[in-house]
Parts: sequence; structure tokens; C-alpha cells
Amino acid sequence: MTIQEKINGAGTRPASLLPSGLTLNDHRNLILKRTEETGHYNGLETLEFKESDPIGYERIFSKLRAGLVNSREVAKKIAASPIVEQEGELCFTLYNVAGDCIATSTGIIIHVGTMGAAIKYMIQNNWESNPGINPGDMFTNNDCQIGNVHPCDIATIVPIFHEGNLIGWVGGVTHVIDVGAVGPGSMSNGQIQRFGDGVQITCRKTGVNDTPLRDWLHESQRNVRTPKYWILDEKTRIAGCHMIRDLVEETVREEGIEAYERFATEVIEDGRRGLVSRIKAMTIPGKIKTVAFVDVPYAHEDVAVPSPFAKVDTIMHAPCEITVKPDATWRLDFEGCSRWGWHTYNANPVAFTSGIWVMMTQSLVPTERINDGARYATEFRLPKGTWTNPDDRRTAHADAWHFLVSSWSSLWRGISRTYFGRGYLEEVNAGNSNPCNWLQGGGINQEGEIHAVNSFETAACGTGACAVKDGLNHAAAIWNPEGDMGDIEIWELAEPLLYMGRTIKTNTGGYGKYRGGLGFETLRMVWGSADWTMFFMGNGYMNSDWGLMGGYPAATGYRFEAHNTGLLERISEGKSLPLGKDRDPGQCELEKHLGPDAQVKRDKQCITTEAIFENGDLYLNYLRGGPGFGDPLDRDIADVENDLNQNFVLPAFAEKVYGVVISQDKDGAWSVDSEKTVLQRGNIRQARIARGTPTRQWMESERQRIIDKDASVQVQQMFASSFYLSERFLNEFKTFWDLPASWELKEEELGIPMFGAKHHMDLSELPDVHPVIMTEQ
Amino acid sequence: MSNFTKKQVSDLVKGSLDWDTLHMMLSMPKDKERYANYMSVLQDQVSWDDKIIMAFGPHLYLAETTADKSLVTKCSCGHDFGDYRSNWKLNALVYVRDDEEKMQEVYPKLMAPDTNWQVYREYYCPTCGVMHDIEAPTPWYPVIHDFQPDIPALFDWLDLPAPVNA
Repeated sequence: MTIQEKINGAGTRPASLLPSGLTLNDHRNLILKRTEETGHYNGLETLEFKESDPIGYERIFSKLRAGLVNSREVAKKIAASPIVEQEGELCFTLYNVAGDCIATSTGIIIHVGTMGAAIKYMIQNNWESNPGINPGDMFTNNDCQIGNVHPCDIATIVPIFHEGNLIGWVGGVTHVIDVGAVGPGSMSNGQIQRFGDGVQITCRKTGVNDTPLRDWLHESQRNVRTPKYWILDEKTRIAGCHMIRDLVEETVREEGIEAYERFATEVIEDGRRGLVSRIKAMTIPGKIKTVAFVDVPYAHEDVAVPSPFAKVDTIMHAPCEITVKPDATWRLDFEGCSRWGWHTYNANPVAFTSGIWVMMTQSLVPTERINDGARYATEFRLPKGTWTNPDDRRTAHADAWHFLVSSWSSLWRGISRTYFGRGYLEEVNAGNSNPCNWLQGGGINQEGEIHAVNSFETAACGTGACAVKDGLNHAAAIWNPEGDMGDIEIWELAEPLLYMGRTIKTNTGGYGKYRGGLGFETLRMVWGSADWTMFFMGNGYMNSDWGLMGGYPAATGYRFEAHNTGLLERISEGKSLPLGKDRDPGQCELEKHLGPDAQVKRDKQCITTEAIFENGDLYLNYLRGGPGFGDPLDRDIADVENDLNQNFVLPAFAEKVYGVVISQDKDGAWSVDSEKTVLQRGNIRQARIARGTPTRQWMESERQRIIDKDASVQVQQMFASSFYLSERFLNEFKTFWDLPASWELKEEELGIPMFGAKHHMDLSELPDVHPVIMTEQ
Repeated sequence: MSNFTKKQVSDLVKGSLDWDTLHMMLSMPKDKERYANYMSVLQDQVSWDDKIIMAFGPHLYLAETTADKSLVTKCSCGHDFGDYRSNWKLNALVYVRDDEEKMQEVYPKLMAPDTNWQVYREYYCPTCGVMHDIEAPTPWYPVIHDFQPDIPALFDWLDLPAPVNA
């Protein structure tokens, strides 16, 4: 936690905004010191207000929480963007004077932390002196180097005053469709540095007297492709913030300022205790090790980037050691992570730590009382120089989610082991799908306007299996607990893309005793555009989820796009059309309904940059499934039969993986022979024993591969990058494989560009900039 | 706090618990007694006498032996993977899906990882062939020791006497 002792411009500071006479920075520092010294937020060893007047305490909480949720629901109706209005990609959060979250609305609650980091940045960098913090001000932030997840999350922050004193802040965030990055769409590819990642706003004062400044309105709208959506999103945020500010003022009138301010501190200590209590009630103390990976296949010809040093295949590496301590606090240590890279998937530490609560509110702390207290009960360690704590101010972050959600998937697995061990099977989750593909692109749309799109169908992927039931099909995404694929009719209004089909995606849920939820697929035909591009964004060569306790990972992604399809002619001639249902990609079903000159790309290159799409061209948007739980041979026979009859699994894989003996009647219905299946499953178990190798014996052969440097360049680059940043990871690796002391692996051996590996410049090296640091690094 | 019967916990383990009760389990504060009920249900499922202390998976347990009270990782079939402090996977059988043909045994073409990037390691019980875990790392990745429980601290949380050799 940063305690900023001296701030520039202190000699010119205005009258204090606080009755104590302290600067905001001194006020925050006092809280941090008291917290550090006592282990309790602001030194609160007892919750006097809550204990002496529990009804009054709960009355304030309920009023604020209900008001936050209500403001979100009302304000989102102002937005025209389907991302906000359909998918609910917005959130409002109330903070105390120090920028610590008191309560939050529903929605993309990762921004509990990101907007808090922006407030802390303003406090720590003396915004009260210049540009000043006054009643009626508005500040806008989307700077990823302050803690934002990606530039498309635009936050409006409004200070709240009472009788001339600052008593808190309210922040509202929406995910906008476009921020004017090199690639169109909110989470685009193509750019590899901050300087192409779209407009970056650093806690800028953008409004006074409750009115947006004219220069801000003119400048911001012309910096993005979709100004209509942009301005309505801004109105959404301002309206919500002002509703919540009114609510706080009303609460202060009713309850008194003293009660409000005591509440605004105690509720955070209450939140800290809540997490400790849940850890003790649900988990098992000890050490859990887990890891996640993401493929970054940038050497491919369909990835066009401006700088040659970015044209390399690399792998994101996110190992994690979770320590659940005897005092029921916990520590998450990401020692060994790989380096940041020349792509848009880098993440700020705040994005990482704040985002974790999105998933934890779905299991460990399933409460409306999520606030910054949970963070104070958690130790994070995110080593500097890694992809989640870059040491270079050039990094791009447009799709930080790609790495973040992947690394979090392993945390589900890790913590679920403790739920399972104690018997809380109902809480187990094998992981989350990597929520993708992200269909993005832009150009001139069907209205003749400059446009950009990011299809949020991704908000409804398959979920991970539980230890007592299958994952949900096409239901959710880790970053938004209120997953929704959106209405076809709305997407067709927003995008020049007709739906040829939307159907459940066969074989996408990871197999298991309980299978992962299935994803879905939509086949889109470009229609009505003038000039149009699109690209793909997802995992293909690798999985980031794993499956749990014998369950398989979900299926990986693949790409299908078709050009010069002849579809417009086939439509006029009444011929058959591709209607989705690409159930077995090896069978190339869609190609059977295209013209003879069609040019098809069907492969595993699931990250691309802008490609030109003409009217009549096709794009398959495949949304991923979730991982499975338990040995598939334990799956209930009736459930496999249902999977077959619902097209959830292909017959060949039901036989091979689930070990069922099946037959199909004349109407096409599948049935499973129970007796033969029992025998077959016994045979498969025996076959496993026959083909398996004792692990220690296999380790001898794998060790030799390591000594021989027998692995792809991207695998070696990943290890070399992690070894360079972490001597501990290197030593553990060498110890495990019993490698000679002289063995080493350096990126220099690999013959690939290493820009950024040795030479970099951190944000903190800029003059008069004091970054907010809230994790061990 | 809700209390649930051993029968309800047994149904939970079997996957046959009714939704209303399951929903109550999800939404109510956790029942501290679950641990004892769960261990009892698991013990009833196995044919051996060593005392189950914890579940590592649907077929994998931490058990206290009747012979010398040592703590071992044990398969439901009775296979002993050794001291629970060591990684049981090192005493299992492993099958590595490290080429396209092996991957396409479990996923259709284009829907499995490229083995130049990622492999699947399936860990089987050497005695009964049950699959206890699948890892999906890059080649070269060390075998992961998933979970090392702090048994004394857990029993302190549970207000129960800890196993003597924890």
C-alpha cells in the first residue's frame, strides 16, 4: 500500500476539504497506518455503530445499496448502446473520502476497485490543489495505468459534499463501444502500444457545476468512431452519479452526518470481517497451487501489427500459489508470471485484484455487501514486470480481459478444492470458460455512418461444472454476473450482420461426471454495409480452463470465415443456405452451402486483425463452453443419452469419452445400453491402465526433452520470460526436473525479437507522477 | 445457520439432492456439521477401514490408516498413493495427449489444443483405472502439487481433535 508522504504543490494547497484540516492525502495515510498497525480497517477493533445501533446501521446500508441498484437500472435506459442497455455493462459505486468502496450496485463490479484507484490517484497526486475538487465537479478516467481494466471502460467520478466538506465520492462506469483505437471495437487488436489503444483520459476534470465542459464534449466525441453512443453513455453515467449523490445527501439529512461518516468507515471493516468469516466457514487452510495459460499467436499472416518486434508467438503464464492462513486471511502470490507483451492483453494490478471479486461474489462472498473490506483481508503479490504489473508505460490493455479471465479460471479450481474437501460440494466450480469469441470490427454501417461493433453475445458462454450438477449452457461470463446473450433483433439493428443461425454449440462443454455448460454459435452474414472489416479475438491453440478432479477442459476455439460466398446468388436462386450448426468442424458443413468460388478460412487462428468483409460474406461467432468435473466414466447414463438427443455431444465422443454403448432408432433418437455400458466402462478403465506410464518414469523422458531444448519456440519463450523475472520459479523448475546446475534457458537463444525484455521505462519515472500501489510487487 | 441430515448430504454427494434443499445449501450460511456428515457418507462408500479425513476428489481421499495412524492419499478402490504431504500424481499412471491423433480421441478436429502449445496429462489410478485429474499445461511444465492442506489448522477451525500425525 503506498503511503505518499510528500506531494508536489503542497505549498499552494487550498483550504482543506475536510473538517479535520488534513489534506486528502494525509487523511488517507492515517487510515492506511491505522489499518497496518491493527489489522483492522482504520484501526476499528470494534464496530461501535453497528453494535450499538444495528437497525440504524442496516437502515443506512439498505438505503444506499437499494439506491445504487436503482440508479443503475434507471440510468441504463438512457444508453443506446446495446452493450450497456442490453448487457448491463455498467456499474455505480459509492466511496468514502479516502476512495475506499462502501457499497456498489449490481453489474460489472470489477470497477469497485478501478474507480477507487482513480480517486486514490487524484488524492495522491494533489488534485485538490490543481485542478481543484469542488461541489458540482465531474472527473473522467479510463487510464489503464491508473488501474482501469481497458480503455473502453469510461468512469465518471463525482465528489459529494456536505456543508462545504467532502464526505465521499460516487463513480459510474460504462463499457463504451469504441474509444478510437487503431482497431475498431471496444476490445480491439492491431495496436500493440498505449499510443494506439484509443483515447486515454487521466482523471480529467470534465465538468463543473454539474455541467460537462464544452471542450470535453467536442474533443471526446471526435476521438471515437461512435459519438452518439459515446454521448448517451456519458449521460447515463452522469445521471446515475447524480441520483446517488442525491441519495447520499438525503441519507445525511435523515441520519445525520456523524452517523453517515461512522457508517462509511465501519462498513469496510465489516466487509473485511465478512470475508475472513466466510473463508473460515467454507475453505481449508493450506497451500493451493494452480496455473493458467493463454496463446498469443501473433506470427500468423492474419495478424497485422505496426511493429515487427510484435510478430512473435508467445504464451501468457499465470501460476498462482494461494495460501489460506490459520487466521482465515489469505494470500495470492503470482510469482513466476511471464512478461507483459506487445499486444492488448496486459493488465494493471488493480484490474487483477479488483476483478477477483467479480468471481468471489459468485461463491466465497455471495453477498450484496461487497466493498473494499474484502481487499483489506487479502494479500496480493503481483511481481513487477509481469503481464499483470507491467514496468513499461507503453503497454496496451484493450483486451486485458483475455488474460485476466484466463488466470482467474485457475483460481476457481484452486479454491474449489477446499470447498470439496470439506463437503461444500454445492459451491464447487470447475472454472469459467474463456468468454470469447469477441466479434469486432467497423467501417460504414447499414445506416451509412462510421461505426464500430463489439458483439457482447460473449456475455453468455457455458459455465464450469459443479460437483453436483452440470454447468449452465450459454449462460454467463465471468466478468458480468448477469450474463445475457442479447436479442438477435437488437444486434441486427446495431450491426450490419444478419443472423443465419444461432444454436447451441455441440461438444463445447468439457466432459466429466458433470459436464461443463455448452457454448453457442451464431453465423452472421454481412449485409447493408458499405465498407466493413471484422476480426476474431479468442483462444484457439490453447485452453485457459482445465477441468477439475478428472473432468476435461472445454473445447478450444477455431475460426471460420468465408468470402466470395455466392450467397446472394444462392438466395435469389432459392438454393440451400448455411444456417449455422457447424457441429463437427471437421465435416465442413457450412461449405456445402456456398458457391464454388468461396474462399474459406477454417483453422485455429482465433486472433486476427481487421480483414475486409463484403456483403454476403460469413463470420462464425463461436462462444465457448465451460470445463467439466470428475471422471467422465462416472457420468449418469441417462444424462449421456440426453446429451446425445439434444446434440450436446457427438456420438463418437459419447462412445470414446463417456464409454457408452449406443444405438439410434428409425426416428433418429439415441438410446444407451446400460449393461453393455457398464462392461465397456470397465474395459476403458483397463485400457487406461494399459496405456498409462508411471509418472516418475514419464518424467525421465520429459526431463530429457528439456535438456535437449525440445519444445516449440513459444513454449521456450514463455519459460525463458518467467525464468528471467523469477529466480524462485527457475529454481523450482530446475529442482523438480533435477536439471544440472549449469542448465539455463534465455530468450536470446530463441532468435526472436526481445523488445521490452531488457529496456523499459515505468510510469513512475515520469515527473510529478505518483502511481497508486495497492499490492506487493 | 441451517443443519442438514446425513441423508441429505448423501444425496448431495450422489448428485440426487432436490433443488430446494440444494438452493438452501447455497444461499444459507454454511453448516459446520457438514464435515462430519460428509466424512461419514464417504466412509460408507468405501470398502476399507482407514478413516477418511478429507476428500481430494470424487475417488481420492486423505485417510488415516488403522495400522499406524499415518496419513495417506488413497483411491476409493484402496490403492495407496503414499504420504499425503507428497504429490500423489507422482505415484499415479500418466497418459499424455501430446499429438493431434491423441487429442482427436477426445475432441473433434479443430476443437482440441495444438500440442505444440499445450498437452493434456491424464492421471489414472494404477489399480482401478479411475481418472483422478487432468492437467492441461505446456510441454515441460512441472507436475503440479495441487493442494497441501494445513490439517491442524482445519481441525482447529472445526473444533475437533486433529489426527495425531498431522
